[in-house]
Amino acid sequence: MKKTVYQTGLEKFNRVRSSTNILYNLFFILLSLICVIPILLVLAISLTPEETISTVGYQLFPQAVSFNSYLFLWRQHTVLFRALGVSLFVTIVGTALGVLLTTSMGYVLSRPQYRLKNFLTWVVFIPMVFNGGMVSSYFVNTALLGLKNSIWALILPLLVSSFNVIVCKTFFRSTIPDEIVESAKIDGASQLTIYFRIVLPISLPVLATIALFLCFGYWNDWFQSMLYIDNAQLNSLQALLTQIMNNVDYLSKNASTLGISAVQIARDLPMEGSRMAIAVIIVLPIACAYPFFQKYFISGLTIGAVKG
Amino acid sequence: MQKQNAGGRPAHRKKFWSRDDSELTLLSLPTFIWYLLFAYLPMFGVIIAFKDFRIKGNFIQSVFKSRWVGLSNFKYLFASKDTATMLRNTLGYNIVFIFLGIAISVALAVMVNQLHSKRMGKVYQTAMFMPYFLSWIVVSVCVWAFLSYDKGIINSYLTGAGGQPVNWYMEAKYWPGLLIFINIWKGLGYGMVVYLATITGIDPSYYEAAVMDGATKWQQTRYITLPMMKTVIVIMFILSVGGIFYSNFGLFYQVPHDSNSLFNVTYTIDVMVYKSLKSSTVGMASASALFQSAMGCLTILAANAVVRRVDPDNAMI
Repeated sequence: MKKTVYQTGLEKFNRVRSSTNILYNLFFILLSLICVIPILLVLAISLTPEETISTVGYQLFPQAVSFNSYLFLWRQHTVLFRALGVSLFVTIVGTALGVLLTTSMGYVLSRPQYRLKNFLTWVVFIPMVFNGGMVSSYFVNTALLGLKNSIWALILPLLVSSFNVIVCKTFFRSTIPDEIVESAKIDGASQLTIYFRIVLPISLPVLATIALFLCFGYWNDWFQSMLYIDNAQLNSLQALLTQIMNNVDYLSKNASTLGISAVQIARDLPMEGSRMAIAVIIVLPIACAYPFFQKYFISGLTIGAVKG
Repeated sequence: MQKQNAGGRPAHRKKFWSRDDSELTLLSLPTFIWYLLFAYLPMFGVIIAFKDFRIKGNFIQSVFKSRWVGLSNFKYLFASKDTATMLRNTLGYNIVFIFLGIAISVALAVMVNQLHSKRMGKVYQTAMFMPYFLSWIVVSVCVWAFLSYDKGIINSYLTGAGGQPVNWYMEAKYWPGLLIFINIWKGLGYGMVVYLATITGIDPSYYEAAVMDGATKWQQTRYITLPMMKTVIVIMFILSVGGIFYSNFGLFYQVPHDSNSLFNVTYTIDVMVYKSLKSSTVGMASASALFQSAMGCLTILAANAVVRRVDPDNAMI
């Protein structure tokens, strides 16, 4: 108790001047606004009536508020729900499988006595330095593994990252006492039992970290869809938004040559506000969740930055 | 283990292969197979850069059946006049991203740590972390809301102030600045978190001693905080240098909406590879993908070697 009082005393003495502090605060308020306003703007546009958008353009503080964009999406709910379903499936299955694959390898690498430890460490390490590149991965995935237009193309290629494996390995090495593993072995437990029954339950922080990395990665992924998915049935929310944005570009670039048909396509496209509404639907779960999970992210990033 | 043996202690000799080893191998097998399929097969597949690649049967058959053309794919690649633009953009942007990104994140981390109220620091940090969690497609929508020609916020402001609206997606001169801003904006929170964790981990007794000696806040930052952050800064530097031949596809393709007018300032290796892949011109794409991987590998090893020579404690490998 006494120590803390002394330390705050020192901290009080050893801090920047009040005027500097105020300047710093103003500066950070400005920066925070710059980081948050673009999202608020998208939200505002999604809540602006279409007529207002066409007369005065986008506004951060709309003159009128309407939920028409969301109602429009609701009327198109077969497409939207399908995309939401794909996104959820990919995120949940990918996260679960990814956590299993990452932590099992991490645990194996953390066992000092394991015969193949050096070999597997190299197997994990080499892809961090060298990789086959986009072209060759594309052909392996499409021509060999048959992942073109398969939902697994959105899941499998992103399952394991060597960075995550090393985070896990470092965590297991430093937090799981060898005595626990040894005594479980004396009691006749196999390594599989030890991994599932002992290691995983006492490693929840690192599981949460890895799960969050994967979860955000899958939810935010749109590039895999662009590469591997042509079938509109398999569009995730991100892919849906990508497609709508790219169609708008396509129309605006080729409007003169397309003539009347462009008008027809434009009519079938969601309105301005609805595009923004899809973006809001994508961002909302993230924006609500990340402030609470931030500390797991931070722990993962900092474990990773410390030399393994 | 080996040290013990060398010490001459007759510790129980390890069997060549124990039951433990079998079980651990079984446990690591699924991940090992994943690595074979998704990391090592593509590495083997880079030889298509030396072939006139045609799909005949599955991938492995196609690789063997395609005609060997030696370096001609690379010749075409480096004979193309767009290649210079592509390399200039990829390397130029990355160099700016690396130095500016590190400098700004470090400065902000130091500043946030000096705020009187730790709670406000957390709030700012959370707000600034937000863009990191957005996908590039959402970022491109946000950017569109600002830059759209007829409805964008910036043009409404410009016309409201009596100026002329700017056709942002057609004017190449604005984009180097814009792309640098957007990239730094998105990565700010991430960098800050990493550096802030290091700063808060510094032993407070250093600062106590400095205060006793009458060091100013600036001197404390200069002679305690920054030197203590050196290891992390160097690690982050090596990691980003390893990616210097990689460009973010979302940033350079999706955010500028693949606009032809911006070709000169947005054409990077990844954009080229994606476009060629989609138009099935595999030869040059596979050559530049292999060039990218090989150069990436070399730069990370070189950066590490330089760091090892200058400061052996901070080398990563």
